[in-house]
Amino acid sequence: MTVRERSGSAPRDVLLRGGRIVDPSQGIDEVGDLLLRGGVVEARGRSLGAPDEADLIECEGTVVAPGFIDVHCHLREPGREDVETIATGARAAAAGGFTAVCAMPNTEPVTDNQAAVGFILRQAMRAGAARVYPIGAISLGQRGEQLAEFGEMVGAGAVAVSDDGKPVASAHLMRTALEYAQSFGIPVIDHCEEPTLASGGAMNEGIVSARLGVKGIPAEAEEVMVARDILLARLTGGHVHLAHMSTRGSVELIRWGKAQGVAVTAEVTPHHLTLTENACEGYDTHAKMNPPLRTADDLEALREGLHDGTIDVIATDHAPHHYDAKEREFADAPFGIVGLETALGVLLTDLVHTGILALPVLVDRLACAPARLFHLPGGSLARGAPAHVTVFDPDLEWSVDPAGFVSKGRNTPYGDRLLRGRAIATIVGGHVIYRFGG
Amino acid sequence: MTRTLGKDLLGLEPLSTEQIRLILDTAEPFKEVSERQIKKVPALRGMTIVNLFFEASTRTRISFEFAEKRLSADTVNVASSGSSVQKGETLVDTARNLEAMRINMVVIRHSASGAAHFLADRIQSNVINAGDGTHEHPTQGLLDLLTLRDHFGSLEGRRVCIVGDVLHSRVARSNIWGLTKMGVEVAVCGPRSLLPKDISEFGVTVFKRIDEAIEWAEALNILRLQLERMQAGYIPSLREYNRVFGVTRERLDRVDHDVVIMHPGPMNRGVEIDSDVADGDQSVILDQVTNGVAVRMAVLYLLAGGRPELADAAKRGSER
Repeated sequence: MTVRERSGSAPRDVLLRGGRIVDPSQGIDEVGDLLLRGGVVEARGRSLGAPDEADLIECEGTVVAPGFIDVHCHLREPGREDVETIATGARAAAAGGFTAVCAMPNTEPVTDNQAAVGFILRQAMRAGAARVYPIGAISLGQRGEQLAEFGEMVGAGAVAVSDDGKPVASAHLMRTALEYAQSFGIPVIDHCEEPTLASGGAMNEGIVSARLGVKGIPAEAEEVMVARDILLARLTGGHVHLAHMSTRGSVELIRWGKAQGVAVTAEVTPHHLTLTENACEGYDTHAKMNPPLRTADDLEALREGLHDGTIDVIATDHAPHHYDAKEREFADAPFGIVGLETALGVLLTDLVHTGILALPVLVDRLACAPARLFHLPGGSLARGAPAHVTVFDPDLEWSVDPAGFVSKGRNTPYGDRLLRGRAIATIVGGHVIYRFGG
Repeated sequence: MTRTLGKDLLGLEPLSTEQIRLILDTAEPFKEVSERQIKKVPALRGMTIVNLFFEASTRTRISFEFAEKRLSADTVNVASSGSSVQKGETLVDTARNLEAMRINMVVIRHSASGAAHFLADRIQSNVINAGDGTHEHPTQGLLDLLTLRDHFGSLEGRRVCIVGDVLHSRVARSNIWGLTKMGVEVAVCGPRSLLPKDISEFGVTVFKRIDEAIEWAEALNILRLQLERMQAGYIPSLREYNRVFGVTRERLDRVDHDVVIMHPGPMNRGVEIDSDVADGDQSVILDQVTNGVAVRMAVLYLLAGGRPELADAAKRGSER
């Protein structure tokens, strides 16, 4: 398994032959060939002739989809390069089938100015793996007091703003962010958590937390803020994007908001779609994340919401941590797990192969919807679209070996899980940046 | 039927009724050892036990130490102050270093729920949970069971109410598991802000008012109310707590049956319990303390591989 460096030169022609081309942006789901030339999609059809010197990738039995975009990950650079760097994160993304990721600003220092945004883009360009789109902070230092300079950050390449990891406690600040962001056409992303309700909590508040004697975070800590944010989006007309939704109540509130015509969109992580609070049994710190894993009922509501479009996108919330940080008492361990390299396999295994989610819907939530909501290039295989393509084998079986991750992070609750389905080629702008086994 | 306890004693939740009964039955012959002039039997001679207390404790630590010494084990006490723990050493490193000195058992008290599990998963020695955060305090649960069984003769069908801060109480959790497994009807009573949201899923009755609890119960296990709960905003004041939930002589006198009074200590006299109740003739609070040593001897003996049927012989000691 290698992640290839992308050269600065023009991409070679690539012919993806005989795959199942799934592109919900055009309503396409058919077997055929896809020709990439000059960094864009050149042609789609049956038995396309390969131009001379084109790279030929046999895709029989695989799915050819618009490149996946993860709108929520933590690459830790600058500040915690021991845990992840932009380069290792971007390569892990490529290995997981992501052609682009959006990097959250809770770095050290915080990405709250144009220079910091520029740094991330430069590091990403050097890495030559998945594209990295910076997300700027809402407030200076993520302190929740003074707005960061959205305009300059967007000018430097930021695609959204968020104080992720730190909920925007002040309703006034959230309101002004939603208003101010409209000048730049970017979504405001909120980590919905009412801080006084969630304070000190380490897992979902419920029967499992009561048994384990671990302070819980009630579902309402999220829902109170989801309701607030939807109302503020209604007030301002701004686009609010709700990160990592975890409860049934949140799904119902978003459904209500959308029915009112409010510009609210939302994401869910693979782990909130597949694991419950029971994973915390035995004080497993790899099941400690924020928002916490909830109940089977919440999981069902999230799956329904994803299916019917109430929840727009799937995002990983990839959050690498050092081994030692997780190897300790549950209450003291940090929140978060890595997800870039397991997301696709987990989603195919637990949602698609089980018949819960149709494969084209999965592709939409991973590729088309993120591009649409965040105004990013890609999300389509239409002629002339940028050649960002993910090729995955939906039936390839593999076992999750954290020690073999491209990411520096090893903190996953899916260690040793047998998964069915994984990316076999990741193509960005016509450059093949990742080949499984290649 | 499971006869042995396995490697560790981490809580009462994972134990079967049979295992709990085994510990209580094994404790019986050990009670007598503490009544002797020479309070020592050789059952654990040559074994090394470390009492690893990361949280202040007087009663539990001394009780374990007496139990260990009366079984002739060699013991070392490690308190969080003055050890490498204060130098930032992790729990797992502390434990591995102790184990590298070839010890047999660790008794651990820690402020984090799950600390005993964490340790047990990572070292070969037997681990006994002497209280982990707000999770469990199994030997306290066991000594409460033994005390109730001594008093009532049997446990089946008795009615016990746990009063107070169930939310933050490891004693409450171990009691709920232990009592329900032994066929006791269990209730809880306390301010709703100090009960877990899903408490009824534990299979317990919830009383909103202390008078209803006293009317119903044959025994009250009264939990310590910590001053921090008031500072953290769970209750308005200790004074009001005493007026609304305090177990007082006046309240007990209103019912026409006897109510056994238990308290795991240390008591806040005049807050959760009045002095004339704590010191009254229905109080078995000091019996609990006495039984603590016997129960801990039984747990140590069984985890060390001692055969329950030989406990009686073991206590005869050197005669064997």
